[in-house]
Amino acid sequence: MEKGSKALKIRSIIAHVVLVILSFMCLFFFYILLINATRSHAELQRGFSIIPSTHFIENFMNVANDGTFPMIRGVFNSIIVSGGSAALCIYFSALTAYALYVYDFKLKKVAFTFIMAILVMPTQVTALGFLRLITNMGLYDSLIPLIIPSIASPAVFYFMYSYLQSSLPLSLVEAARIDGSGEFRTFNTIVLPIMKPALAVQAIFTFVGSWNNYFVPALVLETKSKFTVPILIATLRGADYMNMDMGKVYMMIAVAIVPIIIVYLVLSKSIIAGITLGGVKE
Amino acid sequence: MKGKKSISRAKWGYIFLIPFFLTYFIFSFIPLVDTIRNSFFEYYRSGLKIVGPNFVGLKNYAEVMGPDFLQYVGNTFILWIIGFIPQIVVALILAAWFTDARLKIHGLQFFKVVIYLPNLIMASAFAMLFFALFSNNGPINNILIDCGIIKDHIDFFGSVVGSRSIVGVMNFLMWFGNTSIMLMAAMMGVSQDVFEAAALDGCTPTQTFFRITLPLIRPILAYTLITSLIGGLQMFDVPQILTNGQGNPNRSVYSLIMWLNNFLRAPDYGRAGALSVYLFIISGILCFFVYKMMNDDDPDGSKKAAKKARKAGRRAA
Repeated sequence: MEKGSKALKIRSIIAHVVLVILSFMCLFFFYILLINATRSHAELQRGFSIIPSTHFIENFMNVANDGTFPMIRGVFNSIIVSGGSAALCIYFSALTAYALYVYDFKLKKVAFTFIMAILVMPTQVTALGFLRLITNMGLYDSLIPLIIPSIASPAVFYFMYSYLQSSLPLSLVEAARIDGSGEFRTFNTIVLPIMKPALAVQAIFTFVGSWNNYFVPALVLETKSKFTVPILIATLRGADYMNMDMGKVYMMIAVAIVPIIIVYLVLSKSIIAGITLGGVKE
Repeated sequence: MKGKKSISRAKWGYIFLIPFFLTYFIFSFIPLVDTIRNSFFEYYRSGLKIVGPNFVGLKNYAEVMGPDFLQYVGNTFILWIIGFIPQIVVALILAAWFTDARLKIHGLQFFKVVIYLPNLIMASAFAMLFFALFSNNGPINNILIDCGIIKDHIDFFGSVVGSRSIVGVMNFLMWFGNTSIMLMAAMMGVSQDVFEAAALDGCTPTQTFFRITLPLIRPILAYTLITSLIGGLQMFDVPQILTNGQGNPNRSVYSLIMWLNNFLRAPDYGRAGALSVYLFIISGILCFFVYKMMNDDDPDGSKKAAKKARKAGRRAA
């Protein structure tokens, strides 16, 4: 017994050390980012420092007032696209899940099988046709084609479907019908409130996914004033990087990353609980 | 009760499905058909002149499937695997630690929050950050020199090993937390009785891990592998931003989607189409595996494996 508890203690110490090292790796880069965002170009040229400097506001104003990289405008565009996508995605995914969970109809099995078959199909494979289609529709260089397609999100659908299975008693729907509630109203006023936790988790994931999305927006958008944040970051990489104010560069990266980190830290508990809910069949 | 009542409401089922399927049809299915159609045409811009569209049969497919294709498939695979192997190993270890109550991990929630953090970070901004940090005059070089570990600047982005390693490290950092939490959930799904029985029978932690835990979570390991492969196939943001779309040195970090991106921008719709169809076929095969796993009651014989594992647990005594 003595030997066993000693071995356990050693294993516990190793586990903690490894976890601390991994956490350090995860946080270290963001720490440098934040420190460097507070330092001026001259200070950054002199080398590395672990102590923050005093140029935070100055760097931020430089980013905000830079016409070549309209970052504030970009954040605004990104919020429109991500917010719009998240709202449409969760509402219609919940509706689709509800349709396949509650009703019985001939093509039910076919529809479900189809959605499951395309669950993890990458969007990149249809990017060519997508680009040509929206050009023909007159939607090239517009934010709309970045928002509307999120209505059909198989993975979010699957999450919602699993959630309905575990938390919507069909008797509740029946009771609503007996009370004379229409089918659409039942969904909006009874089912949606029950799904709130699932909606919240998926709203966050969809928002973040859309916020970070680079491939399709970079193909669709052309005008600088319509750029979303990832495209601006890519433009920054393509610019004459060596002659840029490095304090500003770090601040731009911080503007792209920090809002998500803050949201994450506030909601981390439900986000982490949500990762596994719909992802894997257990 | 349900059957009788809901049959009369079948039309509502269809009505509620309209938004999803209409959107999918317009924004995914039509583009897919158009992509396939374009793959049979010669249609590109050469200077200011537009060539095509002329029907050329399978010419684009033959042209795309050249030495470049193989190189970029190789690149994409290498970039994926050097991130995936450490990711799955670390995730398995962490998940085992997190679910082992006897280890008494302090600050479990804190560690989970921290290791998942990089997964939510904008990959393009993360890549730009790494580009700045690992550049010749960047902080990493400065720190290494200050600490006396190296004498001269390391040109990370000038070497094949350096560039690929940075992409690998980034993919590892972005995904190991997510995988750890997934595997942890899978391990928690295993009945505690099995572990207790194993412990009572004197199973060492290593034996428990290899003989009980691993076989029991095999379906989820397979799922992780396939979804990660699909993610790897789509690798774009990180190498694109790190190398400014060039994939240098020597096109060693040039991924398949970066190639597609360049065809789309050229534009060369014919070859973009052919490459998309190849990617579609590969993704389709991977999707099929995912579909099987999500719908099978006993995916790749896990229940059988569970039985075997329980026996093995007993035998290990």
